[in-house]
Amino acid sequence: MQGNRDIKELIVISGKGGTGKTSLLGGFASLASDKVLCDADVDAADLYLILEPEIKKRQDFQEGHRAIIDPDRCTECGLCRDLCRFNAISPDYKVDPIDCEGCGVCVYFCPEDAIDFPIKTCGELFISDTRCGPMVHARLGIAEDNSGKLVTLTRKEARELAKKRGLNLILTDGPPGLACPVIASIAGATAVLIVTEPTLSGHHDMDRVVELANHFEIPASICINKYDLNPDMTAVIEQYGKERGLPIFGKIPFDPIFTKAMVQKQTVIEYDGGCQAAQALRDIWEGVISSL
Amino acid sequence: MIISIASGKGGTGKTTIATNLAVALGPGVNLLDCDVEEPNDHIFIQPEVTYTERISLKVPQVDMNKCTLCGRCQEICQFQAIVVVGKTTLTFPELCHSCGGCLEVCPEDAITEIDREMGIFETGTRDSLEFAHARLFVGQVMAVPLIDRVRAAVQPDKINIIDAPPGTSCPVISSVKGTDFVILVTEPTPFGLNDLKLAVGMVKILNIPHGIIINRSDLGDTKVTEYAQQEAIPILMEIPFDRQIAQTYSTGKLLVEELPDWKDKFVQLYEEVRKYAGES
Repeated sequence: MQGNRDIKELIVISGKGGTGKTSLLGGFASLASDKVLCDADVDAADLYLILEPEIKKRQDFQEGHRAIIDPDRCTECGLCRDLCRFNAISPDYKVDPIDCEGCGVCVYFCPEDAIDFPIKTCGELFISDTRCGPMVHARLGIAEDNSGKLVTLTRKEARELAKKRGLNLILTDGPPGLACPVIASIAGATAVLIVTEPTLSGHHDMDRVVELANHFEIPASICINKYDLNPDMTAVIEQYGKERGLPIFGKIPFDPIFTKAMVQKQTVIEYDGGCQAAQALRDIWEGVISSL
Repeated sequence: MIISIASGKGGTGKTTIATNLAVALGPGVNLLDCDVEEPNDHIFIQPEVTYTERISLKVPQVDMNKCTLCGRCQEICQFQAIVVVGKTTLTFPELCHSCGGCLEVCPEDAITEIDREMGIFETGTRDSLEFAHARLFVGQVMAVPLIDRVRAAVQPDKINIIDAPPGTSCPVISSVKGTDFVILVTEPTPFGLNDLKLAVGMVKILNIPHGIIINRSDLGDTKVTEYAQQEAIPILMEIPFDRQIAQTYSTGKLLVEELPDWKDKFVQLYEEVRKYAGES
């Protein structure tokens, strides 16, 4: 990582889905200068719908292998079916491509050498220009695995692009959840911003991603979206932040303007920079950028 | 009967649909929360937990007294979870997929398997409703082994309702594969539509009958409805945005209990699902 030390990367995550990560990041894209945008939610990438990237470079994402039995060479001895722990091989010796884990155990032990093991193309990676700056994004193939590796590759490309263009900030839209893709999206980041909502579910899920950020020793901060839908729960989350020393950089009111801006393919700042929600985004951005 | 609730996009209302449908139908229902990364159904169901199990994965342990550093384990492992470095063989349990390849290939019988704990599986009840979920330990990478455990709690003689995680990749596939019907919950926005199309692509690959629920149906545009008509996918239910609904959800309460009109709507939803599930 030498030479990268002055590139800072902020990841927006949430635990719970649908709290507003992408709308928030879109707003930041309008506010920040000299940055690379990175969409690491490769499973359901949405940032491109607002920023309408012009794709400059695309590449296949190849990762992992899949076993395929050649019926001409197969003697149906049964060894592969005995060894496969994923029950991916049917009684008539066909490998289920969805159940196959790509471990290669059947390939290695097949006495007839009857199992091919080609590399898989699991998705695509794009390097693009947008009106808000360069952007790296990806698309995982439907029903494919290896999303964590595609996240890692997307972030690596974003870092390369930042270096190449002399930009010192990367803004990354993370996936929901807690496991492989999320861990891949925050590992080695400068900081994470957690977008939550004032619901019991939002609070529960935030608590788990805070623990995750602590586990990987990444500084975390919080913002609360749709805070006015339940002011009591908002107060509970603010208290939670205070007790754990997590900065709360702002509260965004519930406002259909987020949906209206999205329908117009605009960020909230572009759609109506003077509205209350846009002002809240500015406050959060000021807090986040000064903390990095 | 197994009904799964999925969505490409997160936060569209999967948990709301799963928990309210389960409680509306009452006896004979088994609710399974397969979102093991961020399980939320228990917040609404408040089950009395009657059974707890720690879920672990088998990972290799190398006996260096027997190991001759031949490197075959490293050669077979597709996940770089076992490597020979200098005079020792190192394992990286968090990368291990538990395929057992290293164990099989080791000529010295130097590898045994030990349990690595990944999370907790629980079952319980709320009145006559049965419930199961699992919770991944924070920092663990792999959700699928826990999802498989929850799926194993399906009861063939009951109405099983599976709440899936968001997305369209392996954890979702493991949750919905082999179910009889998938309810795809979306919202009428560009993000909702984009992710709905991905989710429809997934259920088509899996060849499962499916229908759509549009949540916050009055916030956005009409493109989801147009898409559903074009693709001939039934719209099973529409839920308008309503602060009362949002507040009920935010406090962990159920629509079918707080807003009585909704009970009939969810019973009706089940009838719709049965109708379309039977058609395949």
